[in-house]
Amino acid sequence: MKNLENKRGTLITAAIIVAVFLFVGIAEKIAPPSWNMLFMVLKKGSIYALIAVSMNLLNGFTGLFSLGQAGFMLLGAYTYGIFTIPAADRASVYQYFDGGVVQFALPVPVALILAGLVAAAFAFLIGLPVLRLKSDYLAIATLGFAEIIRAVFQWNVLGPITNGSNLLRKFPVFQSTISYFIVVGICVAVILLLINSSYGRAFKSIREDEIAAEAMGINLARHKMLAFCISSFFAGIGGALLAMYQTSVQASIFKSAMTYEILLIVVIGGIGSISGSVLASFLYIACSEWWLRFLDQETILSAAGRGRFIAVMAVIFVILLALMVFRLVKPKAKSRVRYGVGAGICGAVLIWLIVFAATGQTKVPLLRNGFRMVVFSVIIMIIVLFFSRGIMGTSELPDLFRKRIKSEKEEVAS
Amino acid sequence: MSENVLHVDHVTMQFGGVVAVNDLSLDVDQGEIVALIGPNGAGKTTAFNCITGVYEPTNGRVSFLGKPMVENHPQGKMKKLYSGEHAEDYPHIISPTPDKITQLGIARTFQNIRLFSALSVFDNVLIAKHMRARHNWFTSTFRISAKEEKRMREDATALLEEQNLLHLKDEVAGSLPYGIQRRLEIARALATNPKLLLLDEPAAGMNPQETQELTDFIKEIRDKYHLTVFMIEHHMDLVMQISDRIYVLDFGRLIASGTPAEIQSNQRVIDAYLGVSNDA
Repeated sequence: MKNLENKRGTLITAAIIVAVFLFVGIAEKIAPPSWNMLFMVLKKGSIYALIAVSMNLLNGFTGLFSLGQAGFMLLGAYTYGIFTIPAADRASVYQYFDGGVVQFALPVPVALILAGLVAAAFAFLIGLPVLRLKSDYLAIATLGFAEIIRAVFQWNVLGPITNGSNLLRKFPVFQSTISYFIVVGICVAVILLLINSSYGRAFKSIREDEIAAEAMGINLARHKMLAFCISSFFAGIGGALLAMYQTSVQASIFKSAMTYEILLIVVIGGIGSISGSVLASFLYIACSEWWLRFLDQETILSAAGRGRFIAVMAVIFVILLALMVFRLVKPKAKSRVRYGVGAGICGAVLIWLIVFAATGQTKVPLLRNGFRMVVFSVIIMIIVLFFSRGIMGTSELPDLFRKRIKSEKEEVAS
Repeated sequence: MSENVLHVDHVTMQFGGVVAVNDLSLDVDQGEIVALIGPNGAGKTTAFNCITGVYEPTNGRVSFLGKPMVENHPQGKMKKLYSGEHAEDYPHIISPTPDKITQLGIARTFQNIRLFSALSVFDNVLIAKHMRARHNWFTSTFRISAKEEKRMREDATALLEEQNLLHLKDEVAGSLPYGIQRRLEIARALATNPKLLLLDEPAAGMNPQETQELTDFIKEIRDKYHLTVFMIEHHMDLVMQISDRIYVLDFGRLIASGTPAEIQSNQRVIDAYLGVSNDA
């Protein structure tokens, strides 16, 4: 019985994934140019999904709090760039360094794997001293490594290889969104296989209790190193994909802020959930690149637009206020304070809306450059406060469908 | 016939100036159930940690099945601080990590249960099977060693069945009742195929009936898996019923050893537990 439910959840998830891939593949061919934004978000979202999943493997499944992801992405991006620029274009890219020292170009798939391998090799070297540390200390050490790597790659002496602080460009890139999806899909599938293997279980045991894991014969040093290298391998591939997406590589963009973005995605998605990380990265990229963009633009409303704005705001906040009040007056209401504050805020917004309507202003307040980040931060705070386990907690998509089926059955039974 | 399984030789564990275990020597033979008792803070768990590689003893040697397994002598600043004897007797330094010791065939449980509490009962046991499986991360990820995984699962299922835990296989370990968590922890230790089982207060927090069940259980697994059991325990009923021999620690020192009957009548042991009045 359990197995059947298990299979059904997996089947539904597989169907969704196939549908998404088909949609992306087909829609890309036939969609009008106005859909460009969607495909940009899908491309960047898929890249971030891979990197977030690789970080989740380390932070969520093995319990190693590492903040070196941007450094490994940088290594991957540079490796890919350096080894794929066509020989004919090298003179113009490396114009200050006599065309550089590398004078050949590797095929794209080979270069992608090489990007991962270089990141993994560096992870191995860094891991030897650093993986003895725990929690915050490990985070600080890996963060330091990422910053050092960024500085070293801009160093002029390495210019013949890295082009110093200049851009690397003119390397081959994927044109279609589906190519990104396929590469990311394969990588995430491999990580999923790993997590569901005996080694994945060993990683989880280290997260649960290091001392007990060791007492069960699990070699901590070896398994931590393995998780660190594999995570970095995929971060390297993610970095290479990001280089393709941006069509250029520059060390200065791989700041620690990038690691924090990814950490945020992992937390929002749910630490220890692969599907959570994937969903969260698409949502995150869509919000930051697309849906919340309008918040950054000063907007003067036309008469009709003004009416619509007031109507929409009024409907949203009246519904919210009604919900809050409903919760407040419920006989066995819990956390009255929280809903009280919520109702107060809704009331205040509505009063302001009346003033706004009465005084005949046309400029939407607050909207200006930088406001997007304020709203974004508030959303993240709300998520962390009220959904502290993230969107998915530690469950995966198949679990979600399994649960739904179960509860439906219970309803039928009762 | 009785082969020596564990031989502890002049082991001293000193933290700075504090001597937690002082010149401890003991033997555990094949098939025996041996108990280590003593008042709180006597150094029993520290002794266990020295045997299982959690701590590196300051001085002394631990041999397992006749081979030196852990050996150390005072080094660095401990050279000055070390207050015991026999420092010259152990020239080698052997300090394996706990996982190596488990691989040699010593499994342990913990005083305060250390299950992988967010994982299922089945996963807890499977993790213990991980180290003996013939696979590496590559064959395991790409299911090249699927046979090995299947064998692990069969072994784990069989073990859970023997321990009457199979019906709880998909439960989250942390959600189980206390007594069952204890049993699961022992089952998990058995899953590493040990020759010697170290139990650190297996009856802690159990009522008399549960303790009685545990007594039978320990004897049963000893016979079934041809184990040798070395345990720390406070429940004297259990200790006296089950032990072939008993060692008594007080303030890190061995103060007595012998059969349960001998220990019960030993004046030093009674003094250690009850305290000696000054005017006596």
